[in-house]
Amino acid sequence: MSGYAGYVGRRLAQFLLVVFIGINIAYVVTHASPIDPVEQSISAVTSFGNTAPEAIDRMRHSLRELYGLGGTPVQQYLTFWKRILSADFGPSLSAFPTPVGTLIGRALPWTAGLLTVSTIIAWVLGNLLGGLAGYYRQSRGLKLMGVIAMGLHPIPYYILAMLLLILFGFIWPVLPISGGATMNLPQTLTPEFVWSVLQHAILPALSLILIGVGSWFLGMRSLVSNVLAEDYVVYAELAGVKSWRILTSYVMRNALVPQVTGLAMSLGGIFNGAVITEKVFGYPGLGSLLVDAVYAGDYGLVLGVTTISILGVSVGVLAIDLLYPLLDPRVKVS
Amino acid sequence: MRVFLRDLLRYRAEFRIGLVLVALVLLLSVLASFSPYPPDSVYVVPPDLPPSPTYWFGTTSRGQDVFWQLSFAIRNTLLFGGTVALVSRLVALAVGLISGYKGGWIDRALMSVNDTFIVIPLLPILVLFYFVMRDRISWLMLALIMACFGWAYDARLIRSVVLSLRQREFTQTSLFSGMSTRQILTEEHLPYVVPILFSTTMNNMVWSIGLEVTLAVLGFTDINTPTIGGMIYWANQHMAMVAGIWWWIAFPTIAVIMAFIGLFLLAVSVNAHLDPRSRLWSTGEAS
Repeated sequence: MSGYAGYVGRRLAQFLLVVFIGINIAYVVTHASPIDPVEQSISAVTSFGNTAPEAIDRMRHSLRELYGLGGTPVQQYLTFWKRILSADFGPSLSAFPTPVGTLIGRALPWTAGLLTVSTIIAWVLGNLLGGLAGYYRQSRGLKLMGVIAMGLHPIPYYILAMLLLILFGFIWPVLPISGGATMNLPQTLTPEFVWSVLQHAILPALSLILIGVGSWFLGMRSLVSNVLAEDYVVYAELAGVKSWRILTSYVMRNALVPQVTGLAMSLGGIFNGAVITEKVFGYPGLGSLLVDAVYAGDYGLVLGVTTISILGVSVGVLAIDLLYPLLDPRVKVS
Repeated sequence: MRVFLRDLLRYRAEFRIGLVLVALVLLLSVLASFSPYPPDSVYVVPPDLPPSPTYWFGTTSRGQDVFWQLSFAIRNTLLFGGTVALVSRLVALAVGLISGYKGGWIDRALMSVNDTFIVIPLLPILVLFYFVMRDRISWLMLALIMACFGWAYDARLIRSVVLSLRQREFTQTSLFSGMSTRQILTEEHLPYVVPILFSTTMNNMVWSIGLEVTLAVLGFTDINTPTIGGMIYWANQHMAMVAGIWWWIAFPTIAVIMAFIGLFLLAVSVNAHLDPRSRLWSTGEAS
């Protein structure tokens, strides 16, 4: 077990490094900017109407405080980290005075729920079909699926989402095209609310699954055809092991290992995918929050969402990495 | 190299299709130099005309000829993808070669940074960049930023090749014959890495163009320089879909999908051809 402990230690160090570098990038980007975020925010607020000069001065002062722009560069850097570590990003400017943390907390479950479920569905479907297609090379249906996957895979996600929206929202309007649930339902666990959430999730989930299945399919198919050429598969065939058994417990099982790493990466990439999905389908998650924050010039909120994304990704990858040696004994933990 | 390309052309249908698609897109982008209108002027033709013999792809609500606008857009988009791919290839090559050949603590340090860059969520960070730069973000700057983030995965791939090259005898021979590290890497190992470099370049272009389209659609790039994403952005701004001006969105979409599928097929076919087993399989089947 000491080998596993060492492995865990190394992975934890890696995790901390990712978070450290990621948050430092965020710091450098925001501080190297030629634009003063304080003046930006002030002009965003004052453009809506007349504000007394004293009020502007007070606001400038409190904003400098908020952005940690007081003191020497070293002090600024330390203030920044203190803020991150205490998860305090101050009040949001666009939804004043709601704290950034509350806004993120409200949006996070939507994003996490939608993307986790659709990523996993796409992974399972893609691997299953890809495995079959790699093994039963001659099957016409599976060959056709390969061609479809090849064509579907490189389509920009945005375009596919728009097509689905037009198809099911306007041409054949059967599904809600925007929002996370029906507006005036109380957000409690009533069957009505759950049903509404599911209905609203179908289109965004479908778009994510359609794009996802293609790449898992192609990856698994080529992995399986590589495994098929291994000696032990040939031996099992000669020894008369049933083909279904060869496929499931000899071929698929070994080919799945790199795909699990891929799953970790794409679960990590959830925050990448969320932005455009949520924008197209008006889904109330982190992506919409980020885009709206940029439009509204809400500095604290943008920084908060970025930090949460970096943390979320690193935690996801860490979790899969730690489970990995338990799933696959061949991964050397020494 | 010539034999390699000839075999690809002869045995790989994907390669041929990819080549045709990329050639068509390239042709369209070259046509931009012959455009009768400057790329950024608006209201030079009557707006909202459907495709016709005069205006092949119709005109936009901003009074631009979609055909010529598209040729500028695809040229800029390809230039963008090419720039990202070129710059990030240089980083990936340097990191991959050195990390794989040197090993030891250099390898460990480089790979730690590498792994970090693989998992960092890029889109929020790019949005952050746009947020603090606003209108000052030019396409070249965006390309350089993306290049800084786009090398990690391919550096790992190159490293794995070099790791196995290092075990081979010729590396030892050249080492004992007094070649410097730089010479071994550039003269002995680099030729083995070139084919992989080709396929990762294609993939990197697909990746960066996709990301640029995504950012542009949200309005988070320099939308005044015509790119594919920028065209879609303006079409959305003018509600082209709702107003029935489908050609404004359809043609850029078709062009970018052609570019994507073309580049993707080139990358896939080169990759498959690099694998000796699948090469034997395909050439054996064809003969």
